[in-house]
Order: sequence, then C-alpha cells, then structure tokens
Amino acid sequence: MEKFKSLSVVAWGCLLLCLASPAVGAGSISYNRDIRPILSDDCFHCHGPDQKTRKGKFRLDVREDAVAKGAIVPGKPGESGIIQRLLTKDPEELMPPPEAHKTVTSAQRDMLRRWIAAGAKYEKHWAYVPPVKPVLSSDRGAVDALIRRRLNEVGLRPALPADRRTLARRLYFDLIGLPPGAGDVEAFVQDKSPAAFAGLVEKLLASPQFGERMAIGWLDVVRFADTIGYHSDNPRNVWPYRDYVIKSFNQNKPFDQFTREQLAGDLLPGSTAEQRVASCFNRLLLTTEEGGAQSKDYEARMLTDRVRAVSAVWLGQTVGCAQCHDHKFDPIKQRDFYALGAFFADIEEPIIGRRESGLLVPDEKQVAELARLQAEVRSLETGFNSPHPECEEAFIKWNREQSQIALEDSRWTSLTPARAVAAGGDKLQIQSDQSVLVAGKKKPETDVYTLDLTNFPSAIQALRIEALPSESLPGKGPGRAGNGNFVLSRVLASIEHTNGASDPLQFVSARASFEQSMAADQTPNKLWSAASVIDPQAKGEFTGWAVLPEVAKPQQIILDCGRLLALNRGDTLKVVLEQNHGHGNHTLGHFRLSATTNTEALRGPFVFPLAKEIDDVLAVPSGKRDQAQRDRVWEYFKKHSPEFATLRTNLAGARKTLTAYEDSLPHCLVSVTNAQPRTVRVLPRGNFLADTGDIMQPALPAYLAGPETKSGGRRLTRLDLADWLVSRENPLTARVVVNRLWKQFFGCGLSKVVDDLGAQGELPPNQPLLDWLACEFMDSGWDLKHMVRLMVNSQAYQQTSVSPKKLRDRDPLNREIAAQSRWRLDAELVRDNALAVSGLLVEKIGGPSTKPYQPEGYWENLNFPARSYEASTGPDQYRRGLYAWWQRSYLHPSLQAFDAPTREECAAERNRSNIPQQALVLLNDPTYVEASRALAVRMLKEGGADPSTRLAWAWRQVLNRTPRPDEIKSVQALLDKELAEYRADKTAAQALLKTGQNTTPPESDPVELAAWTNVARVLLNLHETITRS
Amino acid sequence: MNPHPELRQFLAQRQTRRTFLGRTSQGIGALALASLLNPRLLAASSAARKDKWTGAAYPLDYPQKVKRVIWLSMAGGPSHLETFDYKPKLTKMHGEAMPASFTEGKQIAQLQGQKLVCFGQQHGFKKFGRNGTEICELFPHIGSVLDDICLIRSMTTEAINHDPAHMFMNTGSQIAGRPSMGAWSTYGLGTVSENLPGFVVLTSLGRGGQNQPIAARQWAAGLLPSRFQGVHLRGKGDPVLYLSTPSGVTHTQQKDVVDTINAINAKYDTIVDDPEIATRIVQYEMAFKMQTSVPELMDIKPEGAKTLELYGCKPGDGSFASNCLLARRLAERGVRFIQLYHKDWDHHGGLKDGIKFKAEEIDRACMALITDLKQRGMFEDTLIVWAGEFGRTPMSQGGDGRDHHNAGFSIWLAGGGVKPGMVYGATDELGYAAVENPIDVHDLHATMLRLMGVEHKKLSVKFQGLDVRLTGIAGKTIDGILT
Repeated sequence: MEKFKSLSVVAWGCLLLCLASPAVGAGSISYNRDIRPILSDDCFHCHGPDQKTRKGKFRLDVREDAVAKGAIVPGKPGESGIIQRLLTKDPEELMPPPEAHKTVTSAQRDMLRRWIAAGAKYEKHWAYVPPVKPVLSSDRGAVDALIRRRLNEVGLRPALPADRRTLARRLYFDLIGLPPGAGDVEAFVQDKSPAAFAGLVEKLLASPQFGERMAIGWLDVVRFADTIGYHSDNPRNVWPYRDYVIKSFNQNKPFDQFTREQLAGDLLPGSTAEQRVASCFNRLLLTTEEGGAQSKDYEARMLTDRVRAVSAVWLGQTVGCAQCHDHKFDPIKQRDFYALGAFFADIEEPIIGRRESGLLVPDEKQVAELARLQAEVRSLETGFNSPHPECEEAFIKWNREQSQIALEDSRWTSLTPARAVAAGGDKLQIQSDQSVLVAGKKKPETDVYTLDLTNFPSAIQALRIEALPSESLPGKGPGRAGNGNFVLSRVLASIEHTNGASDPLQFVSARASFEQSMAADQTPNKLWSAASVIDPQAKGEFTGWAVLPEVAKPQQIILDCGRLLALNRGDTLKVVLEQNHGHGNHTLGHFRLSATTNTEALRGPFVFPLAKEIDDVLAVPSGKRDQAQRDRVWEYFKKHSPEFATLRTNLAGARKTLTAYEDSLPHCLVSVTNAQPRTVRVLPRGNFLADTGDIMQPALPAYLAGPETKSGGRRLTRLDLADWLVSRENPLTARVVVNRLWKQFFGCGLSKVVDDLGAQGELPPNQPLLDWLACEFMDSGWDLKHMVRLMVNSQAYQQTSVSPKKLRDRDPLNREIAAQSRWRLDAELVRDNALAVSGLLVEKIGGPSTKPYQPEGYWENLNFPARSYEASTGPDQYRRGLYAWWQRSYLHPSLQAFDAPTREECAAERNRSNIPQQALVLLNDPTYVEASRALAVRMLKEGGADPSTRLAWAWRQVLNRTPRPDEIKSVQALLDKELAEYRADKTAAQALLKTGQNTTPPESDPVELAAWTNVARVLLNLHETITRS
Repeated sequence: MNPHPELRQFLAQRQTRRTFLGRTSQGIGALALASLLNPRLLAASSAARKDKWTGAAYPLDYPQKVKRVIWLSMAGGPSHLETFDYKPKLTKMHGEAMPASFTEGKQIAQLQGQKLVCFGQQHGFKKFGRNGTEICELFPHIGSVLDDICLIRSMTTEAINHDPAHMFMNTGSQIAGRPSMGAWSTYGLGTVSENLPGFVVLTSLGRGGQNQPIAARQWAAGLLPSRFQGVHLRGKGDPVLYLSTPSGVTHTQQKDVVDTINAINAKYDTIVDDPEIATRIVQYEMAFKMQTSVPELMDIKPEGAKTLELYGCKPGDGSFASNCLLARRLAERGVRFIQLYHKDWDHHGGLKDGIKFKAEEIDRACMALITDLKQRGMFEDTLIVWAGEFGRTPMSQGGDGRDHHNAGFSIWLAGGGVKPGMVYGATDELGYAAVENPIDVHDLHATMLRLMGVEHKKLSVKFQGLDVRLTGIAGKTIDGILT
C-alpha cells in the first residue's frame, strides 16, 4: 500500500472500498447486492438448496448447475433459459409460474440480463464470508470515515450536529435509559470543553444503570420471562439470571466470556455460582405442565426452541424452517438443525411438568445466615452421632426385648403378593416391607381385595393379617374410614394348583390382638369379633372384625387351618379380603400377610415387631451380629427411643429451620449436564412420532464450520459450541452483535433485518462499516463498552435527527445515516421516564421481579391454578420497567401496549407502534396518574410560587427546556379551568389524589394539587416526552 | 434557554414544507407501515391522514362474499360425538376394545399407554332440517336453523394439547409469535369502524368447571404491528383495559386534557416535522372516542326484551349468549373480526352431564345470532364459524369422558358464500378419523380468506427473511362448500 500514500483521502477511500467490497461501485452489478435477492425471492423456492421441493432437477443457487442446464449462458443473456422463461408469453413456460404469485419487475429482469452479459459471476453469501477489516489510514474516526465515504458515493452530505440539550437527552436514553436531570443538561450545555461529550459518555458508561439499559435488549433476544409460557404458564425461578446479565454489562465482561458462561457456564472448569446462574440461558425456553402432553412432542418442541434461540442470539439466522426440511434460501440442512439441537440433549430437566427450584443463589448476608444455620445442624448432628454411654443401659434392655419379639416374629414368613387387585379400582401398592398400601381416590364403600401369593414356604398352617398404621391414612389407619377404623367381613383363601384345581382353606379358629366392643349392639356377641371373619353364623351382613378405638397402631388377626397343608412349587395361594360394611369407607388401608407352620407361633402371644427394616437384624442374637448389624440396631434405637427424643427434636428442628430458610432464598434454574444425553433423531417433516430418522451427534453447522468438526471422536459439548460461536472462524456472531448494538443507537441495523443475516436478509448498504465494527469488536477482545464508545462518540451519532425533506425522500428509512433518527422510547423506558421525572423512581438494581399496578381480572383466563395479581407494595412498586413480572401469556398490559414482546420467542426487534391503547395507558393507568400527582407535588413545592415559574420548572424537569409561549398559553387555560372545577367539586379533587399507594403530603391543598395533577398528566403524555430524538 | 434548540437546525436544513410521504420516521404510522410491509399500498395514501388502516390486500383477488367474521371458539375441544357426528356403530360397540387398526401410531394425549375402549354416544341424535341431518338432540335450536348451516364433519388439526392447538387454530402455526386470523384479516382488509378496533375478542366461562386457560397470544398480532392485535372486551371491570378516566376526573376534564395534549403535539409537529406526531394525535382522539363508544356498545339493555329473550340473556350476565348479542352489535358497528371464546368443553370426565350444560349455554344463542343477523340483513355478508381447537376420542376416558382428539371432528360455518344446509365430509364408522373430504386448519383459513376476497397465498408479510403467511406453505380452499 506504500505507493498510494500520496493519494488524497477521498481517492483513498474509493480505492479501499473497492478492495474491501468489490461489489459496491456505480454501474457494476453485484451478485450479492443485486442478483441474489431476486433469485432468492423468486426462484430458490423451487430451484434452490432444498432438494425435496426442487423442480426440474436443477438449481440456480449453484453456478455450475445453472450453467450446465443452460439456465445461464455466461455472456449471452438472450440464450440463457432463465431470461427466456422470464419473458415468454406462454403461461406453461413462464417463470415464476403464475400460481406462485411472484412478480419479477422489468428493472429486475434488466438487472439479470446485464449480470449474465457481464459473465454471471456468483459470490458466496456475504455474511458467510468472515469479515475483513477495511484498511484505513487510522482507526481513529473509522466509523465517520466509512460513513462519509459511503455518503460521498451516494451523493449525500451529513446533517448538522444536534444541539447539546438534545444530545444529552439522546445519550441518557440510549446509554442508561433514564432522562437526564435538569441540572445534568444545564451543566453539559455550559461545558464548552471539547472533551465534554466524551466525558459524559464515560460517566454514563460507568453508571450502574448502563447495565440495566443494555439488559433490556438482551433479555428480549434470549426470551427471558418469569413464567413457563405454555398452558398454565406457571412461574419458574430465573430472575438471578437477569441480574447476572445486568452485572455482566456493568462489569464490561468480554462478550466471548459472556457467551461461554451462558451456554456452558456449568461446564467451565471450576465453575462459579455466577457462571452456573449464567447457564440459566439454556432453561429460558417454553415448557408445559399440561396433563396429556406427550413427552416426545415436547422433547421436539424444546429442541427446536433452543436451536432457534442459539441461531437468533448469536448467528442471526432464521433456521426454524429446517426443523422440517432443508432451508429453502440458505444452505442450512435439516441435519445441521438437529445436530445443533443435540448440543443441548445433555441438559437435565423434566420434559413435561413443574420445573425444579434450581440452584440456591444467596447474597452475601444470606450466605452468612445460611452458614450459621448449617453449623447449627452440623453441631447437633455431631452431638447425636457421638457415643452416648448414658443410654447404654436402656439400649441393652430394649435390645433384649426387641430381639425376643423379633425372634418370635421370625416364625412368621411374610408373603409378598405377586398380584394385588382391589375390585373397587383403587391401587394396592406393594411396599418394600412387603406390606400393601391402598391408594387412590375412588374410596368405594365396600371393596374386595384379591391377593395372589407365590413366595410362601413349603407348607402352611396359619395365616396372619397385620393391619398396619400409616401416615397416609385418615387417623393414621389402619383403615380408610375417617377415624382409622376398618371392618374386615370375611377372609377366603385357597390353594390354586398349576393344573387348575383349587383347594379352599378351611379356617377352624380366628383370634385377634383386639376386638372392637364399641357400637356393637347389632353384632352377635356384642363384638366386632375376629370369629366373624371365618364364621358365617357369627356375623350379620355388615359386620366383621374391627378395632375402634385401638386404631393408629398395628393390630393382628390369626386364622388357623387346624392342620398343616403342603404347598407345591408353582401353586398360588389366593387370599380374598371382603369388606362389606358399606358406609364410611370401612376398608383396610394398610396391611401385610404372613404365614407359619409353627404351632407355638400361632398360639403364642401376639408380637408386634417394631419395623420390618430392622426385624431381620434383631432376630440375630446380639453376640452374633457383625459391626454393620450392630450399627444398624444402634441407629434404629437412636431414631426411635425416648432417651434420644430431645436430641432428635432439636436436630429435626434445626434441619427444618435450615430448609425453610433455604426455601425462602432465591433460586435459579441452571444447566446441569447428564452423562446420558437424550437421543436426538432427525424428525422427518418434523414429525415427532417418527423414530426412523438418523441419530444425530452434536455438530457445528456444516455450512458455516465446514463439513467435519475436529473432535477426535469426543462428543462435542455446549462449551465447544460456545467456543466456536466466538471464534474467528465463525463469520456471524460479531456482525450480529454489533448490528444489534448499532440499532440501539441509530434506530436501524446496518443490515436492516437484524434477526436474519442470511440470504433473505439485507446486504448492508455500508458493509465495510459493519465489517470494520465486527472486526474491531473481535480485535478489542469482544469489548462491548469499547464498541459503544466508538458508536456514540462518532459525529454520525451526534447529528441532528431533524432532517430536510430532500433527504427523507432520498432515504426514507435513514439507511445512509446522513442524519440521526428519532423514535418512541421502549416500553420499559416510557415507564422509567415517568417515574424518574416525578421523583418516584426507586433506583435499586436487581432482585425478584416486581409487580406494577395492573387492572383487576386481567389474569382471569389463566388457570391451573387460577391466580390473582398482587401489585408490589412499598419501594418495589416504583422500580424500573425491566424488573416487571414477565407473564408470557398475559404480559403486563401497559408494557404490551408499548410493544414489549411476550418473550415466547427470541425477539431481536420490537415493533414501534403508535396505537390508541398507548394513549389509554398514559392517560388512565394508575402508574401514570400517580406519577403525575407526584410531579404536581414537586411543582408546587420546588417550582416556585406562581404558575409560570412552576411550568418553567416542570418543563425543565421533564423536557430539559423552557416551555414555548403556546404551551404556556394552553396549559394555563387548562389549569384555570381545572382549578375552577375542582373548587366546585372538592370530593373529585380528593378522589384523584387517592390514586396509587403513594400518599400526598398532608399540608397540600387538594384543589390546587388536583388541578396541577392534570397539568402534569399533559406533560407526561406529550409526544416529545416519550420520544428519543 | 431557547425552548427548541432543534428548531434552529431544522430551519437551517428545511427547504420546503413537508408532505406526508417520505418523511423520515422509524415509527409505524399507517403509511410508514404500508411502505414497510407492502409496497403496493404506497400509492393508496389518502386515508392515511386519519390513520385509518385501509388494508393491504386491495385490490381484492376475489369477489368479497363476507365483510366480517364472527368466530365462535368452543374452547376445550367439544366432542363431535355428542354434538354433530352421529355414529350408531360406536354406541353398539360400547365397552368393546377399540380396534387397533384405527389407533395405531396416532397421537394420543392422556390415554397414552392405556387400554382403548369404545365409548358409545351419550345422548340421542335426531333429524333436523330439510335433509334430515342427524345432530345431537340436545341442540334443537341449532337444529331449527340447520338449513342455514354448512356442517363439516371432516375437520382435522395437528395439535393435541389445548395451548398449541388453539395457537394452530388461530395462527396456523404451533410456534408462538405468528399473527392470529383476526390480525391477518384486519391487516388485509383494513378497519371500518372509526371508534372501535378492527379485531375484538370476548370470553365466557362454562358452569362445568373445565375452564382451560387461554393465553392472550391467541389474539395477538404476533409479527404484525400491534395495531392489529385483538382487543379483549372484558365482562368485568373496564371493558377495555385502562378505558375509564381516573377517579376524580370527569369526562369533560379528560377531554380538556386530551385537547391540550393534542394542541401541544400539533405545534411540536410543525417544529420537528415528524409524521408519528400526526398519528399520535389521531390515536388520542380515537382513545377518547372509545371511552364513550365502548361503554355504549357494551350496554345491551336498549336492545329490548324481545331481543334479550331471543338470545336468552340478561344484561351484565357475562354469558356466551350475551357475547353473541354483543357480537352482533360489534358487527353492526363495522368491526371486522369478532372472536368469542366459550370455555369448559374439556370433558375428560362427566361428559354426559357436562355436555348438557354446554347445550344449555350455546344452543339458543347460536340460533339467535343466525336469526338476528338474518332479520337485519347482515347474515349474507357475515361469516360465522363454530369450531373447537380439536375434537374428542371415540374411546372412553375413565368410563365417563373422552380424551383430546385431532384426527377427525366437526365444525360448522354459516353466512355469506357458504352453501347452506349441507353436510361436508365424514369420519369413519367409529368417528375416529376424517375419511371423506378431510380438511385441515390451513384449508379452513384459506377458505375464510377466500370468502373475504383474499387469496391466502398472496397475503404475506416479510419476517426474518421469510414470506410469512397465515397458511404457511399449505392450505387449499374447500371449494365444495362455496356457493
């Protein structure tokens, strides 16, 4: 380049521009700029990358194909099939076919013709080629140099610089999202030093509100919301992620690190709590709790949701269509789509249902309290676990007694049912201790349980039924009646042989640990006796064995066959428990069957083993137990004996306190990796029921990263994906991010379609500028504040946004940046601005989402559960809009009116609509009425004594300028009228002052304040107030 | 301090007086919107002065048969087998296993992995209309106007859970963020009413307690500008959110405030020359008008006893019948797309009694809406659509209900351009799958647009580089039902 040094700056520019972007230049035709958009819009659907919809077996997106088929004859437009087909009068031949409803204009046809005449050169899509930094004489002022170069080329001149008051307001709104105070602007206007503007930029970049402002756009693009989205749209714990985002912007965390932490914070070596919170990004998708949702369906939805997110956030690509087929316009294959989805198959999560609480995220104070409570638990545990010689004696006694019981009980063999059915339809659940627990909501009045037993001993003489208590039963059981009672009417048993023969067991006697005598007037013998279970004579229809009031403890009934019955292998012992009482749910709720051949056991005293879990150990004589068995017995004793009761209570209490405290602390959903990732298959046409598609391993998109990802056979992880996204090899991320950032400061991206840099997006009119910024972003170590500085310190940024008609006609969307742009503030900032100028704003950073006032009943269509909205009270009512509770299916209506997205999908772009609902919000939403009143209070207090100084004061606060004469006149007229009307109706004045939670100073005159409140309402509703210009 | 330092720059740069076209703006006034979304509208700018959206679909592709749509969304998934699809064979097979040939490899919701048993029709069917079409005897009023109705028994949908199924029925996509049918309609055809939104939604609850949630996204504008979103008119509180003036502010005072705002804004416009300001002034006027027009609209007392009796409703009862009457009032006032949600059709259990509630709630009201529109000569240019988000299984759930079902169910259309008194399509002999003339949601949408005069393939908007359409890349009009 040495020899060009003598060239003038302008000539330099043209030359470099040509080098950097050969496409741009008067007269010449560029494939990327001029031709691809036509082909992509009108031809690629049938002659493009998707082979399934390709017609006529040829494609126009690959030059060789188009030339081979004669569609394009380079240099000879007249002979090129494509031109002939565009011009033909024959509807059969005409392209695009009439039914496609596409039109190619004559200008476009002419363009195609000239392009073919010039040799039909193709170019790789601009955004898939890594950006190259245009070489400039100096990087200082590069933004302006590149803009001016482009303006020269298209014959435009930059606008004048904006006035300082506008500049200050612009900078405050753009960098911190809050209006400047009256003093801030006045100081800036007075500061004549050349460094004043840059100084203000630095001040705002260092302010903690910078992170809040930056977070708004990021939270849109990652679809951050407080609720799950589908159906019940229930809450989930994610707000610590929002605070992480704010903090990261404030710390100016390098964007590559910011990326790694969000996609794979949990996979970083020695990952910190903060990095794990960052990985909440992977959990921000939509989920469902709807009954009947199919997990395959939602597995597919969640995969595609995540692929769309990564593509939108980092790649600026619309890949959603590749869920079902190869992309029609971009070279994205269906396989790329699922391979990208496979990166997230390791994330542990329920596919359907409630999300878990997530990672505990305490702040410093909470960490200390947590440590104190944990220490408390540990110390009590230590006390509990240390030797307790003082209990030795009690333990020995207990051990002896229990061993004896266990020994006697060991003569009974517990029987596990191979099949257990309740005729009434409730479930008979076999427990680990071989007992049967009845569960279900049917609760029939009568029921018959049938149990098939196969694991019995070789013979049987007696059957024992233990009726057992359970916490899950009313009155702790053993029955299902409200008082814990049951009535066992009859027990039938038979041996079912393999040959189909059946031998009924004849019970000769029955005795029970307790027989109920209460309310037994109508029963034979005035007893709910054991005998009635086997003796048809001893019972009426509804009677049987019952145990009131000795409920909530184990009871037993032993049924004796009077003789030993042999059982053969393969036989089934069928036991039928009939419960015919017929009202009050007197059925058994928890029971166990056992059998014995031991006559001593069946005639001896009833023994109640403490618990089956320890029974087998206790049956071993003390001396013969090994260490593990001794430990088990000791532990069991400690868990149950009265001697340990106090220690147990204290420990349980401390644990409960700890758990309750933990539950009260913030939690955040985070990524947790599972060593067995879900299997990801290509779903043909997106059909989740099909499992015929190829199984996909995680892989980078081949069209960007090349066909082979080098991994040495290792399964790629989310961290690999993140590394690649912020690597030099990826041509997109840096461009996507600086393009979005540019939009924040100039109102429109350098490439207009900020969410699609693919073939259907826009070739940026000033690609050198976009590429220079992208390269600078990477060169600076992904330094976001550096990029902000470069953009806002440029002269282009500081131009006026008032532009002449000639320019507007030339460039209606201000793509050439020959002036600044003006737009209505974002939804959150409309709120923030009103709260700030009224003095109500509470500038606390972070914390749980807050709930601004919301019309009653707005959530009436939510269900499972039905919910009511409780507006935040105290300071939380006056927090910034970005902290507002984000209910996806019913976004706060005041934010929604100003185009805040529901964040069900990633949103890089917000509408900027202008609709009547915005007027209704600013006029009638209590938030704005209250802010108006607070502003009125300040006007009366701080604005001086007479109306004109008050108005001047208010205009300075809200608009940072003095009021115009016409404004004073209009507002004064309004004020006089309002004063007269409120004087006539003081009740109305008082009613107006009651809006909102904030109270009015007692000394204020309601009439005056109400009238001034309406003046303040005017001010907060002005177009200028909600416009960044 | 100069009140408007901006003024200096402006005067310095200003060359001629503004015109409306081509002004620099990032906002979406009617005109900027037109140029962004549809270049063919650039020419038609005269109406933009009032910020009245005149529609992007003109000139229309077909003769316009209907000017407006009233969509009766039966939320929860009505059983076609207890409403409009007569299947004696199913009743005969009650309690028998559902033949596997019907169900294999199909999407199933809550019955996943369970034994599938035929569940006979829970109520009798009777013949109605001149063709003796059988419909459930619980709906005699609908039966009495069956000759005005085009009954479709071969509807299908892709989704099988409420939320995605509603989304699909409303937007043609199961991915959130696409515009709903009402938004497309007002975008395409524009608004008529000067003081009411073009797309209005009403909701009502059923008495059976199966009220599934419905998300506001069901009437969202999605990727279209917010002005096209449905406005939910609520039965309780402010009918439109933030409609009432603050307490202590009279209507006149509100007008004074609005006038002052508009006067200052108008002056500001002469200084900075920003078309968004003119739009904002119009929106404040519209908002203020709505403060009167909406309460007037919602008050059905003036309708008189005879009309209230026809519908079977009382003022302020929040019923589906009241909403049907409101729908007629909205239609009269030029609202383009009116969607009524009536909930509580989700009969997983208690079907037999539950469906009786539903019949009581909707039967007379549907008849009344048709009758009333006919009396007023509006039936011929209105399209009424009655449809749930899916149907219900011929198989039993828990012995007294039916599960969600998407392979075949019934809907009906009535009004302009639709053949009256016909039955289109059929399910198999057990009411499982649509086998004769099956249609899907895209077909329904294509047909609705066609009746409004719009070719569904042409009504599209660029979004994220794609031509987004209500019907995606599918959909064909159901020619068999068109007059």
